[in-house]
Amino acid sequence: MKTEVTFEGAMRSVTLQLEDELFAIEAESVREILDLMPITRVPNASSFAGGLVNVRGSVVPLVDFRIIFGMERRDLSMDTRVVVIEIDVDGDTLIAALLADKVHDVTDIESASIEAAPKVGMRWPAELIRGIGHYNDEFIVIPDMGRIFSTHGLSGQAHI
Amino acid sequence: MTEADPVNTFRLEARELLETLEQGLLDMDADPTNSEVIDAVFRALHTIKGSGAMFGFTAIAEFVHDFETAFDKVRKGLAEVSPDLIRIALAAKDHIALLLEEEDQDPRSGDGILTELSVLVATGTGVQGTVAVVIDKAVEPGAGAGDVTDWRIYFRLGQDALVFGANPLLLLRELQDLGACDVTVDIGAVPTLSSLDPEKSFLAWEVILRGCASREAIEDVFMFIRDDMELELAPLDQQVKGAEEAVDPAAQKTLALAPAEQLAKSDNRTAAGGGSSLRVPAERLDDLMDRVGELVIAQERLNQLAHASDDVNLKAVAEEMGRLSAGLRDTTMGIRMVQIGTLFGRFRRLVHDLSSELGKDIDFVTIGEDTELDKTMIEQLADPLVHLIRNAVDHGLESAEARREAGKPARGTVRLSAFYTGAEVAISVSDDGAGLDPARIRAKAEESGLLAPDAPIDENALLRMIFHPGFSTAKEITSLSGRGVGMDVVKRTIDGLRGAIDVSTVKGEGSTITLRLPLTLAIVDGMLIRVGKERYSIPLAAVEECVELPAAVAHGSKNRSFLNIRGSLVPYLRLRDLFGVEGPPDTHPKVVIVSSGDIRVGLVVDQILGNTQTVIKQLSKLHSEVKTFSGATILGDGTIALILDIMNLVDFGQKIDARDTKLGRAA
Repeated sequence: MKTEVTFEGAMRSVTLQLEDELFAIEAESVREILDLMPITRVPNASSFAGGLVNVRGSVVPLVDFRIIFGMERRDLSMDTRVVVIEIDVDGDTLIAALLADKVHDVTDIESASIEAAPKVGMRWPAELIRGIGHYNDEFIVIPDMGRIFSTHGLSGQAHI
Repeated sequence: MTEADPVNTFRLEARELLETLEQGLLDMDADPTNSEVIDAVFRALHTIKGSGAMFGFTAIAEFVHDFETAFDKVRKGLAEVSPDLIRIALAAKDHIALLLEEEDQDPRSGDGILTELSVLVATGTGVQGTVAVVIDKAVEPGAGAGDVTDWRIYFRLGQDALVFGANPLLLLRELQDLGACDVTVDIGAVPTLSSLDPEKSFLAWEVILRGCASREAIEDVFMFIRDDMELELAPLDQQVKGAEEAVDPAAQKTLALAPAEQLAKSDNRTAAGGGSSLRVPAERLDDLMDRVGELVIAQERLNQLAHASDDVNLKAVAEEMGRLSAGLRDTTMGIRMVQIGTLFGRFRRLVHDLSSELGKDIDFVTIGEDTELDKTMIEQLADPLVHLIRNAVDHGLESAEARREAGKPARGTVRLSAFYTGAEVAISVSDDGAGLDPARIRAKAEESGLLAPDAPIDENALLRMIFHPGFSTAKEITSLSGRGVGMDVVKRTIDGLRGAIDVSTVKGEGSTITLRLPLTLAIVDGMLIRVGKERYSIPLAAVEECVELPAAVAHGSKNRSFLNIRGSLVPYLRLRDLFGVEGPPDTHPKVVIVSSGDIRVGLVVDQILGNTQTVIKQLSKLHSEVKTFSGATILGDGTIALILDIMNLVDFGQKIDARDTKLGRAA
């Protein structure tokens, strides 16, 4: 995947917050946003995908982006939401639930305002970010979902 | 209901018939004199020909027609069944399969096979050449050689027969081929012109067939429309011959019995077309399974409500519902179960071909064909088993000379067996060949850098090296195997099914590779347990017993990891430690003894909560590295519980066991 950003016109996105950072997720891949539900811990799983939640009768992995963006784990609060996303990972559809401290709104991010992530000066792995946009005079991070899930989700195949 | 495409239906049925044909041919190879088998083969051919012509597969119909003509001589005992004949017949079967899949084949492409076939059946009879065939036809003897007779045939097609493509004219011509015919039309059933539907068939025919056609030959003419028509078939001079007929019950039935008998027969022939079975698309079964899964979860919730309530009526209803949904669940699962014999059948051909290709004489034994597995699993098992069988034949079995030198019978044996053990199905491929050579595996592993020279490794782990991609100890690459790809495929498929592979070998006596697969399909009975605040489900079929963890062990040293269960040592795992559960343990932990294969392991849990119906939901790719769980299930209160993967836990237990033994030795 290229680092240059190629959005047509504007990117319709759901904005959510982790710590004090804003993230934008393509609205098309968001299935629903739910209040926090009971989480079942998966022993010995990576902390990125450390739990399971029941989304309308199906078992969905719960992922925490804090882990890959190097943030502290935080206790869940009243504002905590679960964003259920459906994305394509290496040709397969994957449904996952994303923990968010807060979900703001659905907005269009002008593609003209989106820049490639700088290679230096960032506390996050640049290859997991598609670009950085502007939103209400703030920077907003556009994560590369496909890459995040294919590197974090499937690299950990156990060997016997 | 959508109407199925008749061409597809034909393809499906033809594939099944080809399979029957192949099995029949292989049976003939094993028992060349069995006339029932030969008849079955002939019937399969005839059906393919007829329905092929009906659905516009003319290339198939023509090819099979010639095939059938040649084979007719075998049926009549004019040509002998020889290994060569079987080989060519199998090739012909493959050609039909090819024609079936790709319609635009060169129509002449099968000629070579046919020529070979006709030469073979001609020479098989010695003096009789091809010319004799034609003569044969005229003086063809009847079924039971004695009953040369004239027949009265009365038939009436079903009203819709014409719409479905039957052509009475062709039928009459076919009858004429059997002998001279006097045909009379019965127009008694034709309605008045005003109510006549020109697309429907109202006519009936009476045919007096002179000559010596056999009853079977006549029945064969009507084979494809038999289910949908009236047919009376009787020897003309029946009264006279009545007394004699009783002598040979196989060839002659009384008139009254015949129709029922025929119906039963045609059911056997075309099991797919008969009324007793039904073809259903696999997706519908999957849908059904999903619905039942949801029902089971809802039922579990109802159960909890009833449990907490004092309402006797509610309790009664919940109990009733419980019974019904359990029954529905079992029935639904039963529909999805397929006997593994359907899979085993394919391998007979494989072994037959390998046997002639490699010049090895092989006995192929299958055991436990009636073991049932979920259909999806059966489909996925085909590839791995092909590799295992190839390996057994190519690498496992020695050449006849080498076997004789080793004091073994020249004919090698490959055994394919399936059986249930606890919550698993074990499928093993074993050969009585030379066995795996640990020294050679070791040398190869060191050469390819998988194993450091002199690194200690136990035999089991060493044998497992053969499953590494690209690993092959074969000295040379044959067309069949030796590239080291096959075993890798086996391993990956079995891993995907969450199964395990055991390898055992005795030098000089052969080797056995056993695939252990979970029986777990979509829903299983589970035992719900609690560890700390978390709940897990254990497949009930794997549970042997539950015992109290002896206080001495519970608080005692951590070094000892064995329990004494009625005299036998059982290693145990503390799920609390394994799963990193925090908080103090309960004061009276329990041990659930589970088994996989011959190995037993105790799992220490805080509390046993009870039985529950577990609808298995697969874990996503994100959790594919977590091997200790086979899936998750949703409990009655909506929370999720993970399902323990007993096979992997037992493996884990074994590893701990091995490590402890090693530590013990070191100390």
